Amino acid sequence: MKEYAYFPGCSLEKMAVSYHRSAIETTKKLGIKLKELEDWNCCGATTYFYIDELLAYTLCARNLAIAEKTGLDVVAPCSACYKNMYFTAAHLKKDPDLAEHVNFALEEDNLHYNGNVKIKHLIEVFAQDVSAEEIKSKVSHPLEGIRVAPYYGCQIVRPQKEKEDVEQPQFFEGILSAIGATPVNYPLKMRCCGGSLIISSRTAALSMVRNLLQCAVDSQATVIATACPMCQVNLEVYQQQVNLEFGTNFSFPVMYFTQLIGLAFGIPPKKLGIGKEFVSFAPSLLPVLQE
Amino acid sequence: MSDTITFGQEISNLLYATEGEPLRTCIQCGTCSGTCPVAGYMDYTPRQIIALINQGKKDQVLDSNTFWYCASCYYCTVRCPQEINITELMYALKRYSIWQNHYKEGLIGPTFSEAFVKMIVRGGRSYEPILAPAYIFSFGLRELLQEVTGATELLLKGRLPIIPARIKRLDSFKRMIGRIIPMGGLE
Repeated sequence: MKEYAYFPGCSLEKMAVSYHRSAIETTKKLGIKLKELEDWNCCGATTYFYIDELLAYTLCARNLAIAEKTGLDVVAPCSACYKNMYFTAAHLKKDPDLAEHVNFALEEDNLHYNGNVKIKHLIEVFAQDVSAEEIKSKVSHPLEGIRVAPYYGCQIVRPQKEKEDVEQPQFFEGILSAIGATPVNYPLKMRCCGGSLIISSRTAALSMVRNLLQCAVDSQATVIATACPMCQVNLEVYQQQVNLEFGTNFSFPVMYFTQLIGLAFGIPPKKLGIGKEFVSFAPSLLPVLQE
Repeated sequence: MSDTITFGQEISNLLYATEGEPLRTCIQCGTCSGTCPVAGYMDYTPRQIIALINQGKKDQVLDSNTFWYCASCYYCTVRCPQEINITELMYALKRYSIWQNHYKEGLIGPTFSEAFVKMIVRGGRSYEPILAPAYIFSFGLRELLQEVTGATELLLKGRLPIIPARIKRLDSFKRMIGRIIPMGGLE
């Protein structure tokens, strides 16, 4: 059995609890265990970096140091957590002076980070660590005829880490094809959902959400698949506010990719947190759910 | 001769751990502004902000909403032909403007970020309801009602926490932060 240290992040405790549940259920089906990091703290999203860089790296490094003790690779389902942890690890590795500062602070919590943790986004586990054949072999309810918009958002793919494709990646489409769904051509798949601007610069963020929803409609998708709790909340929870702001009439389901995988694996909807959404996707998925 | 440094150098010094080419290598091509999903809402586009910094127009830069409207999507950064890390520049400007206490009036960003960091320093984890007062009073009545409606629905769906989440080793966590920043300012 494959095992990872799991960093759920604050959103998955409550706001995105359906992402958490579906992540646990689907990985279990693939023989993967997600072992939650003990006493983890918030990754800082974007705001630590608005205030103090050294503080931001220290708070992320605390989680890395805790993870290092387990000897496992870390998996983060939230794109912001993933980006922060990945680049903190990268900066600490190449900058011994920064690492020394950070480790001086970590001493207070009896921790030390040696720089040996690998960080992955949850979707990378499905796209890289598990083969498409392994996924296919677990599919009992292929999502045939379901047109899905693969919404990558920002921080899974950006900033660039090595030489990977940051303009037209295809791994999300690959996962959707493996569960029998039809990934549509979704031209705005790499565009930002607005992130925390939904609070600080509301109109700008709502217009970004509107564009993404309209593009999904134009792509004739029936559901948007996301791999980030921020994206899910902005696209779904704020849909009504988009409608009020722009006089639109969107009622578009937005699901976590793990919920779609879970349905294809035949996992009961309730175990995938289905029912907690604002816009029900039952109508579009009814054929699959009834089988 | 005084040896004060320029505004551009000050900002560069704030990009401590970031890789990327210096701002003065900017060729003003505008790829960043063309890529930015928020450019239409900014007082100056990212390209203009870089030009203003390179010209030392400190007040004009700090009085703009540009960097507070950056969503950290890194699209400009991956496309910049000169490999300037524009997103990190926006972060640096935010830090600079908070430290200098110099930012455009009416912005929610600065207050919200400070409230967020204070919340983490106290509890170690995010707890949405505690953040609301940091921005809700800047909203108009219509936005306020929409926000309350959304929050109520989240609560009914079991997607909002009632009890604040806290980490276990809070004492040593706070001492750890104390080694980075003086706690007096944040408590």
